[in-house]
Amino acid sequence: MSRRGLFSRTALVLGLVFLYVPILSLIVYSFNNSRLVTVWDAAHSPTLKWYGVLLSDGQVLDAAWLSLRVAVCAATTAAVLGTLAGTALARFGAFRGRSLLLGMTTAPIVMPEVISGLSLLLLFVVVQQAIGWPRGMGALTITLAHVSFCMAYVTVVIQSRLAGFDESLEEAAQDLGARPAKVFWRITLPLILPAVLAGWLLAFTLSWDDLVISQFVAGPGSSTLPMVIFSKVRLGVSPDVNALATLMVSVVASGVIIATLWMRHRQRRRERDMQLAAAANL
Amino acid sequence: MEQPGRPGLIERLQNRARRGLVTSRRHLGRRFVIGVPALWLAVFFLVPFLIVLKISFAEPRLAIPPYTPLFTWLHALPIPKVHFSGYLYLFTDPLYLRSYLYSVMVAAVSTLLCLLIGYPMAYAIARADEAWRTLLLMLIVLPFWTSFLLRVYAWIGLLQNDGLINNVLMSVGLTGHPVTLLQTDFSLYIGIVYSYLPYMILPLYANLEKHDPALLEAAADLGARPLRAFLRVTLPQSLPGIAAGSLLVFIPAVGEYVIPTLLGRTDQIMIGRMLSDEFFDNRDWPVASGVAILILLLLVVPIVLLQRVERSEFEAEAEAQAQVEA
Repeated sequence: MSRRGLFSRTALVLGLVFLYVPILSLIVYSFNNSRLVTVWDAAHSPTLKWYGVLLSDGQVLDAAWLSLRVAVCAATTAAVLGTLAGTALARFGAFRGRSLLLGMTTAPIVMPEVISGLSLLLLFVVVQQAIGWPRGMGALTITLAHVSFCMAYVTVVIQSRLAGFDESLEEAAQDLGARPAKVFWRITLPLILPAVLAGWLLAFTLSWDDLVISQFVAGPGSSTLPMVIFSKVRLGVSPDVNALATLMVSVVASGVIIATLWMRHRQRRRERDMQLAAAANL
Repeated sequence: MEQPGRPGLIERLQNRARRGLVTSRRHLGRRFVIGVPALWLAVFFLVPFLIVLKISFAEPRLAIPPYTPLFTWLHALPIPKVHFSGYLYLFTDPLYLRSYLYSVMVAAVSTLLCLLIGYPMAYAIARADEAWRTLLLMLIVLPFWTSFLLRVYAWIGLLQNDGLINNVLMSVGLTGHPVTLLQTDFSLYIGIVYSYLPYMILPLYANLEKHDPALLEAAADLGARPLRAFLRVTLPQSLPGIAAGSLLVFIPAVGEYVIPTLLGRTDQIMIGRMLSDEFFDNRDWPVASGVAILILLLLVVPIVLLQRVERSEFEAEAEAQAQVEA
């Protein structure tokens, strides 16, 4: 055990270093005064200069606002559709077309983004030719395109959450005369609500981060935040992008840490409650 | 007239009607739950592929839309006009074939690297104490939640000629002048492995975590050295995890666009970049669609395999759970 354990543990530590050094370097250099990202200007650093540059950049702010609106709409639609699909896949047994639905919900996760982007743009072009809608490419087409791949992730989250619950609670409600819709609203949905929330957050992040699909379906005039970042970094490193990265990483990291602590707190409370219940039974 | 104890005809009919109403309403509900997402995916996932297929058989032209229609109408009869020029172009120009093969090779090598790095990491997490496991998993998942584009961008700063890595190499005297790291195969592999490593680790961890340590103890009791026990017991059991992780890396890596554009070579581009360039720079929609169809043909088998692996893993889990409950 010990020697092999040592090998895999060393690999784990080195792997984590590999995963986190780039992120840490982004953060450190965002406080660097020099325009050259790689030269540390010790005399004038740390500085918040690049945060000022970032927050006064109208293009970045406009793009962030567009990305935010798209991500909220896409994540919400995806959460609804993904919950429906996940429920169907986990609870409806073997219905006709189940494997097709399963295939259609998992394939977008691995599909190369250039293909999804191209095919969705061509769809919009053809539909526009036929019925004159959607009028032009922009926020609407980006949102529609994002829903499709976000929904796939929500479906997977919901499906695995439902697979973890046995159906006895739902069956009991049904035996007591509750209609399927009522069973869903009163029993199933409250049980999977944390999963729906997690799915929404995941969908939001994916939409917020998406570059390639947006580039295809955005059309001229509307740029999401990743599109603006991409056009900046294609020309080389630029320190205000480091500042932006630092802001985004801190939001995500604090969110994930708070969520983990909260879940641990809830689990501890549940364990204590169960101990108390067991003690009461004695 | 009615016999006592038996419901009357009217009552029976009423009952049947009520039952019918309930079941039809239930069917309606089920149909809604299945139908709405299925319809969405059909419109936004299946139909677009048919359109791509259709346009790949057209010819480019200077118009809106910039491709020829598949049918022309002659006295209300549709006359199909199928052009193979796009595909002919793709198969005769060695540039495309090279790019296609290069993409497959890059994806395959990256998958292997992810496996070699990810397997020991997943193994260590699966064998860690309960309290550590949550934290370690969180550390693996956290990069998922941060911008993929910004994480790839971070490597530009590390790898460029006056970047952190070259500065370190020069300051310890390993090299007198900067080594070109950016826009090489090396930086491309770094970028892909870095971005896709969590996709390899998570399914491997999910598999390794379920292994029964008693099997390894039994192997050790029977005199197997740790390496032999690993090769004969752990490795074969983890094959589904290896398959799932490898496919999750390989499939998207073939069509990768952002990483090769920011970190990859300039003299050899990958097929995803090719598609994008044909579409945006050359405005040749039929050839871009042809490239998409060829990538899809390459990926059909891996995608079907992935779904099979995931389904069997899922069912094995459900089965195990049923056994535990029983």
